[in-house]
Amino acid sequence: MAEGKTIVLKIKRRAGPAEPARWEEFAVAWRPNLNVIACLIAIAENPVTRDGRNTTPVSYESNCLEEVCGACAMVINSRSRQACSALVDQLEQPIRLEPMSKFPIVRDLVVDRSRMFENAKRLRCWVPIDGTYAIGPGPRVAPERQEVAYALSRCMFCGNCLEVCPKVNENSDFVGAALLNQVRLFNAHPTGRMHAHERLQAVRGIGGVQDCDNAQNCVKACPKNIPLTESNNDVNRQALLDAILGWMLR
Amino acid sequence: MSETRIQLIGGGLAGLMAAIRVAELGHPVDLFSVVPVRRSHSVCAQGGINAAKNLKGEGDSTWQHFDDTVYGGDFLQNQPLVKGMCEAAPGIIDLLDRMGVTFNRTAEGLLDFRRFGGTLYHRTAFAGATTGQQLLYALDEQVRRYEAEGRIRKLEGWMFLSAVLDDAGVSRGVCAVSLRSGEIRAFPGDATIVATGGIGSIFGQSTNSVACTGSAQSALFQQGVHYANAEMIQVHPTAIPGEDKCRLISESVRGEGGRVWVPKTPHDARDPRTIPEAERFYFLEEWYPKYGNLVPRDVATRAIHKVVHEEGLGVDGKAMVYLDVTHLPREMLMRKLGGVLEIYEKFVGLDPCEHPMKVFPAQHYTMGGLWVDNETQATNVPGIYAAGECDYQYHGANRLGANSLLSCLYGGMLAGPAAVRYARNLTVSAEATPASVFAREQKRQEEIYDRLRNQEGNESPIRIWREMGETMTRHVTVTRYNKDLAAADAKLAELQERYRSINLADRARWGNQSLHFTRELGNMLVLARLVSQSAILRDESRGAHYKPEFPDRDDERWLRTIRARYEGGKFQFEFDPVDTSLIPPRKRSYKS
Ligand SMILES: Cc1cc2nc3c(=O)[nH]c(=O)nc-3n(C[C@H](O)[C@H](O)[C@H](O)COP(=O)(O)OP(=O)(O)OC[C@H]3O[C@@H](n4cnc5c(N)ncnc54)[C@H](O)[C@@H]3O)c2cc1C
Repeated sequence: MAEGKTIVLKIKRRAGPAEPARWEEFAVAWRPNLNVIACLIAIAENPVTRDGRNTTPVSYESNCLEEVCGACAMVINSRSRQACSALVDQLEQPIRLEPMSKFPIVRDLVVDRSRMFENAKRLRCWVPIDGTYAIGPGPRVAPERQEVAYALSRCMFCGNCLEVCPKVNENSDFVGAALLNQVRLFNAHPTGRMHAHERLQAVRGIGGVQDCDNAQNCVKACPKNIPLTESNNDVNRQALLDAILGWMLR
Repeated sequence: MSETRIQLIGGGLAGLMAAIRVAELGHPVDLFSVVPVRRSHSVCAQGGINAAKNLKGEGDSTWQHFDDTVYGGDFLQNQPLVKGMCEAAPGIIDLLDRMGVTFNRTAEGLLDFRRFGGTLYHRTAFAGATTGQQLLYALDEQVRRYEAEGRIRKLEGWMFLSAVLDDAGVSRGVCAVSLRSGEIRAFPGDATIVATGGIGSIFGQSTNSVACTGSAQSALFQQGVHYANAEMIQVHPTAIPGEDKCRLISESVRGEGGRVWVPKTPHDARDPRTIPEAERFYFLEEWYPKYGNLVPRDVATRAIHKVVHEEGLGVDGKAMVYLDVTHLPREMLMRKLGGVLEIYEKFVGLDPCEHPMKVFPAQHYTMGGLWVDNETQATNVPGIYAAGECDYQYHGANRLGANSLLSCLYGGMLAGPAAVRYARNLTVSAEATPASVFAREQKRQEEIYDRLRNQEGNESPIRIWREMGETMTRHVTVTRYNKDLAAADAKLAELQERYRSINLADRARWGNQSLHFTRELGNMLVLARLVSQSAILRDESRGAHYKPEFPDRDDERWLRTIRARYEGGKFQFEFDPVDTSLIPPRKRSYKS
């Protein structure tokens, strides 16, 4: 595409959770290397629809803009992904933007993903340390183990894996792949492992692993290529063993 | 209930560390953050965190780390505290390690260390290419644990607006707005620790995150908190210019043989790959034959500015130069630089092994910040503390790579207990403060919001923000001339005037992002003026602050902290001596 062209965006809008949804179309001047976020900023600068009606700037979440914070997830051309790394030149037009559907809507493209953080709390996703005072180094870790753990620990809680999961819906409590992956991460840590039983109990208690039906959509949707199915299966196995043999196993 | 309550503003590394320390001391914490804390800007840090652990048999020491830091900062820091930070660093790494940070390991299972700028030692611990993210997550998880125990209350999506000051000028809490509902509320707190990060947004596009606006710092400054060395701003030479943000391309690309050039003909429209060698200007190699593309950051940044702004040779007539690795073997590039080159590919959509990268310097770090008093991290206003990138005291005139994550954690570790000590000794608690004190501040903030919502005119907040960013980036970053700085300040004053004619397209309360942004923009303009006016004052060149009219460091006159106060709408400046009692200032030169 050359300079002088415009990009057309169709955005699903909602002024609030109780307001009706509507679609608005916008035209934005094409420039090299535009991403979806830059289009949203351009719309905020001149909030006029394609047919010349004045409207309001579109609400959306963002922060780091380099795909490490997880904030700007939304559904772009039917695919759940981060808006910062969605480059306009690689998208079919009109570019359709919708909020994620598996989380309560706040406004326009903003949804409330606090459920994920709440579940992290319930699943005890941390390494319990005695305190911040100086008590020497942590446990030694083999480089290969570090590599596995690092891959798991890049999860940004963006929620894309929940959005695409058939098991995450209004009728289920399934916590989603991101959270099971956290359980795997902390259960693998030398200190975290000492408390694996608590996490597994929690997993079994609240929509946990037994609900995953291995659709594998999560792996494909993960912007960080985290081996989520592997994590699902791993935690599944751990939870079963823990249920049958209890904490004595360890 | 008269339990001493501490407020934390900001949940990046500094804020989370301070919150953990306070909770550990048994006091309840209210943690405010515009973004869910796990999404804070600290996630962006890639390279690593410094600590002289000396695990590589190099004879590294905390004193050497201290010396490198002070020398790198061109001697503008008060030294004793910097020494304290470097001494604490190895213990801080141990703590992070115990929290489960996935640091890279050696074959023996110990922490691995890499080399970074401004030092000759392997002193930088790292977790892949996302060290900041990994550190932030570890602290976020510890905070969640305290949250589950009911000891920390998170107020995510609440934006700090102002401190609540009583008639004696003592802070009794904060006023904040819910980004979602638009509700403005005053929260009592016995002490408040501010950890709101950098101020990249006043430069328009920077390497910082969206939330790095400096609005909180500016609001506090306008309420009487002093601000120091505002002019000290770090610009990184190689970032991908972007409409929404400038993404960093690491120095290591040049370390592996990347070359910086521009076409010799202005506005050359040819595909760079077809431009013959003889028509390319490898300006760093020509101007600095000894170091070539690997001159220090500030030198490279200045050279790029010169070739673009003074010689008009920017690529496509724009503010960009080529950073070229296309002459290097792809296999080597992917093996050594894979992670960095992927960022380019992902965000520009071009393979950097085939296409020269287009880069330009971008604002990167804020050395100056809220004035704090040594190891208490206390500002001059009783009850207000500051830590992290928003304070001024660790990096002087220039920050060394991988020292910031460290200073954030160290500052947070000091601020938490210091705030607790202060609060425990209060004779009148925030709870016992008259309700009218809180009502007054809340009303003041509501009025400001109402004014913005109802204002008429023809200005757009985004347009004013863009003009501010262009002005700041052009005149108040790399090469500073007094007349340009004065012009920039005048332009900012004009923008402040036009700010009053902003007409918001959205006047709702619910989820009105442009309203909150506009509120912040007013504060950003004040801070931008403070940066430019401080820059005008400092007639010397030191670290990142470079004035061709005053090319040398002038210790006689300017070995001074510039401390600003806000009085009656005006800036007042004081010039404090710097504590150089441990390492006498010497000439800073990386030439040999
Ligand atoms: C691309 C990049 C790479 C970097 N790499 C490195 C590196 O390798 N090593 C290194 O040492 N340093 C690095 N740095 C610097 C380092 O990342 C930052 O200096 C550091 O993370 C700042 O942390 P902080 O806790 O001070 O603030 P931040 O992490 O910026 O957090 C600020 C917090 O304040 C909150 N906040 C802001 N305003 C308000 C308000 N008004 N009300 C409520 N909350 C508010 C935000 O929500 C956030 O939680 C890098 C920086 C960048 C930009």
